[in-house]
Amino acid sequence: MEFAELIKTPRADNVVLHRPFYPAVEGTLCLTGHHLILSSRRQDNAEELWLLHSNIDSIEKRFVGSLGTIIIKCKDLRIIQLDIPGMEECLNIASSIEALSTLDSVTLMYPFFYRPMFEVVEDGWHSFLPEREFELLSSVTNEWRLSYVNKEFSVCPSYPPAVTVPKSIDDEALRRVATFRHGGRFPVLSYYHKKNGMVMMRSSQPLTGTNGRRCKEDSALINATLRAGKRGYIIDTRSLNVAQQARAKGGGFEQEVQYPQWRRIHKSVERYNILQESLIKLVEACNDQSHNMDRWLSKLEASNWLTHIKEILTAACLAAQCIDREGASVLVHGTEGTDSTLQITSLAQIILDPRCRTIRGFEALVEREWLQAGHPFQQRCAQSAYSNSKQKWESPVFFLFLDCVWQTLRQFPCSFEFNEHFLIVLFENAYASQFGTFLGNNESERCKLKLPQKTMSLWSWVNQPYELSKFKNPLFEANSLVIWPSVAPQSLQLWEGVFLRWNRSSKFLDEACEEMNNIIEYNKELQAKVNALRRQLAELETDDGMQESS
Amino acid sequence: MQHFFLPVENVKLLDRYTNRKPANGTLYLTATHLIYVDASAEVRKETWILHHHIATVEKLPLTTSGCPLLIHCKNFRVAHFVIGHERDCHEVYTSLLKLSQPVKPEELYAFSYNPKMPKDNREIGWKLIDLKVDYQRMGIPNDFWEITDANKDYEVCNTYPPEIVVPKAANKATVLGSSKFRSRGRIPVLSYLYKENNAAICRCSQPLSGFSARCLEDEQMLQAIRQANPGSPFMYVVDTRPKLNAMANRAAGKGYENEDNYDNIRFKFIGIENIHVMRSSLQKLLEVCETKSPSMSDFLTGLENSGWLRHIKAVMDAGVFLAKAVKEEKASVLVHCSDGWDRTAQVCSLASLLLDPFYRTFKGLMVLIEKEWIAMGHKFSHRCGHLDGDLKEVSPVFTQFTECVWQLMQQFPCAFEFNERFLLEIHDHVYSCQFGNFLGTCHREREALKIFEKTHSLWPFLLQKKQEFRNPLYKGFTAYKELKPNTLPFSFQFWCGMYNRFDKGMHPKQCVLDHLLNCMSQKMKLEDNATDLENKLPFLDGPLPDEVCSLSKIVNASVESSKTPMLNTPQDYESEPPALLTNGAIVEEVDIMPDQDQKNKENFVNHHDLPDLHSTMEVIESDAKKEKLQYQ
Repeated sequence: MEFAELIKTPRADNVVLHRPFYPAVEGTLCLTGHHLILSSRRQDNAEELWLLHSNIDSIEKRFVGSLGTIIIKCKDLRIIQLDIPGMEECLNIASSIEALSTLDSVTLMYPFFYRPMFEVVEDGWHSFLPEREFELLSSVTNEWRLSYVNKEFSVCPSYPPAVTVPKSIDDEALRRVATFRHGGRFPVLSYYHKKNGMVMMRSSQPLTGTNGRRCKEDSALINATLRAGKRGYIIDTRSLNVAQQARAKGGGFEQEVQYPQWRRIHKSVERYNILQESLIKLVEACNDQSHNMDRWLSKLEASNWLTHIKEILTAACLAAQCIDREGASVLVHGTEGTDSTLQITSLAQIILDPRCRTIRGFEALVEREWLQAGHPFQQRCAQSAYSNSKQKWESPVFFLFLDCVWQTLRQFPCSFEFNEHFLIVLFENAYASQFGTFLGNNESERCKLKLPQKTMSLWSWVNQPYELSKFKNPLFEANSLVIWPSVAPQSLQLWEGVFLRWNRSSKFLDEACEEMNNIIEYNKELQAKVNALRRQLAELETDDGMQESS
Repeated sequence: MQHFFLPVENVKLLDRYTNRKPANGTLYLTATHLIYVDASAEVRKETWILHHHIATVEKLPLTTSGCPLLIHCKNFRVAHFVIGHERDCHEVYTSLLKLSQPVKPEELYAFSYNPKMPKDNREIGWKLIDLKVDYQRMGIPNDFWEITDANKDYEVCNTYPPEIVVPKAANKATVLGSSKFRSRGRIPVLSYLYKENNAAICRCSQPLSGFSARCLEDEQMLQAIRQANPGSPFMYVVDTRPKLNAMANRAAGKGYENEDNYDNIRFKFIGIENIHVMRSSLQKLLEVCETKSPSMSDFLTGLENSGWLRHIKAVMDAGVFLAKAVKEEKASVLVHCSDGWDRTAQVCSLASLLLDPFYRTFKGLMVLIEKEWIAMGHKFSHRCGHLDGDLKEVSPVFTQFTECVWQLMQQFPCAFEFNERFLLEIHDHVYSCQFGNFLGTCHREREALKIFEKTHSLWPFLLQKKQEFRNPLYKGFTAYKELKPNTLPFSFQFWCGMYNRFDKGMHPKQCVLDHLLNCMSQKMKLEDNATDLENKLPFLDGPLPDEVCSLSKIVNASVESSKTPMLNTPQDYESEPPALLTNGAIVEEVDIMPDQDQKNKENFVNHHDLPDLHSTMEVIESDAKKEKLQYQ
């Protein structure tokens, strides 16, 4: 297919662009296969707008006489407006944008066409291979092994080829456990707590069904992670009720009789379309500037977004507490083990593991616990807050995770190497990107698409020194401790940097950040100067000493 | 009045938010404070509660562990004690009732507070804030405005100060005539003059207009104000009450200005609710804040139902309207409510703060509070319930102003010389009665109480602690002129630091402010250090390390600095924590209410010292240890 077929009107003149914080500007609109470009053709020839079609969430058309208006709502929550003279041009452009922003085929997406303008120093596709992560693990324990049972993606289509499992469990047993777990997602290692050797595993629900089917390899697998005489915790991200109902559809949960060494805790976290609706409502509330205070607070409440944040953080804290405080191992799962499960396991690691609070560590976490763990990014992030078609698969699961990280960062402003901007960049790229990182729904799909060969990894770009410097938190001081966030409603806030980003100017807040940077940088420079002077003085003194003695 | 009690032993102090084991200790009552000493902790920990801060004391039904005593404080501390013996509990209860509600002004702390300083210092302290200087700053006296002592014998108005600023064109007859037509004689006087365009903010009380009454002198007075700003053909008259309230007042012979009777005025209502609505709103807000483990929905619904942020927004909107009228429309504004000492004070002081960067400095905020609140007769004594009296007179009017300043600080983090702690400290002392500034209801009453001879002024004490209260991000006097805050609902945040101030578990566990304050003191030491070293170096002309040259660049060129790689070398900070200055008796520094506080606080002051940071984090961790699976 040629993009040209979709582009009925490749350019239009005298188009007026309205967007947040900038005065309206008139210019020429151009449509390319992947971008909507508006150039004002001013002397400085500055590009006024360069918008990825895949960033477009929905569009609306309006006509007044022959002047058409297209309102473009983006996945990064921005809303822009284009006034296009000429009904036909406007209709053509609107339908082209509609077609180009909803391409069916992944291989037509921009990452397959994007050629980086920077030199790739480190290929991000190879930065966080499971083998490398396993090496780190092997340096502290030898109780685990890397299994390639899923090499052909035949045991579990949503798992990566290599997974970490207890050493005592062989591949044959894994195959059997896979038939007992939803989607073949048998329990695998998610996190090893160096401090006490306790672990967090994740899986999908067991397929016990109504007649209480059991699988001795399954209990053997998870029991293999327990110390003698110790109990573990199973954190089920569904309510007991939902878990019980799942049995009718062949799913279920671990019964006490079959798992006597495990205590099950149901910690309900909302899923799928409920989250999507929540996002839609929240963004609607943030965008409506006609609200009075009562209406705003009531809409904020009704969106339930912060309720979800509180639920997710609470469950993650519980998992972390079981591991660090109770000294118990934990298995986390919900139904498929690809959504709420990953929110919990990844946040628990942010709380427990200082490495996850560094930039590289966080990238590794996203790679391990989201991409390789098979979170279906393509389905979940196909549409954002302005989706009107109620499709089943969209859900801001990863977005909520990033919001929870932001909440934690706000409460521990000195414990993270990265800043809010880093999280925002991840949010944007998960929804629309020139990089291949978030394409596909799992490793198997990514493999088939040959993403590592054909597209650029987000990490290749992020990890360049200049880009990295923009994501660094000046307050960061590495600490090796567990950080326990407060989950009281008073402690949780709306993530302004994302939700109010296009609704209010952040000029004065940006100035504050810059000022903070300056203060800290200046001190560092001063310190360096003092050190240098001391060194110099010391050298002079030794010189003097030598001269005197000679 | 000596109320020294034998200590009451075996008293538990419950923590409202966690299931942590309660502290066990001893309760002491002194003449001024309730002191709780926690014996169960490894380090001696004390909680001091000033009697004047106690709003209510309740005895709750007897439980198996003892007799609970619940204390609510005016600075939003809630202390839940459980006392072993009921007799002890009752004794403490009745004593606290008496001690927390003094009947005579002489019983207030300020009259016994003695920081042991020379008499001269006390007198100098009272002279620190001179309102005349502030009027001079505005260029007054000038061709249009004069400072007059027309009220020296309180002949015009007994709740105004002796010296007031009125238009030059208004003669004595006009002033006196107008005073007869204004509720409690509170005539229009100048609050703030915007020097650049001569537009003024003036304040008064409601006119005694009833349904049809008019007063020539009052009309002349307004005309004089309007004409003092020759650049504008009209002036605004703003009634900060809801229209319905103002109309109802007409039946009582009061009311609002009839546009037909005054030349070229534009009359406008801005609906800020009255003190009773505000009191009950705060009550509802505090109930929400105190709810034990509320859901997100409970909290947000409660916040909405309290109406608190709605009221804050209303005050802010009014302040913004005034500032806009003055700055952009170049029009003078006359503001009133009913008596002109609550809503009017809020709105006028907020507008000044928005227009003039001076009021965003330490000194400026002090001047602003002295001028618009203290001098102009905001009835602190009644609104704060300093003495046993009519509870219906109590209202969080000043608290709301404090919060508006805080909301502005959230939107403009670099525009204020002071930080949040300065606001909280002032707020504490408005209720503490430790200093004379906020006693009584007006200047006349303070004179009668001999405040200036017998008590100390708060401001010098605050200036002593300036280092603690400064805002490290402040960009200086000239960085921002007028502030134009966003007043859309989402711009207002719940102020956890005020209403849940003593629930430290809810606050961020690492404090950016402390970190930056530490950087500031670090900076001074390093600069001294560098100078010392430079002086020691015999060959200053020789090549200096690169760093020296780059220093000047880094301050201004932030773009540059963002490109320089992070210096991640371990730093040999040698700092000691900044000395904590205590101001005598309010020993907030030994505040240990949620029991690890003190340790936390000090450790975070010391943030740069890694071992200390570790112990702090261990505190955070050990907190969690005690709360067995609290997230469950």
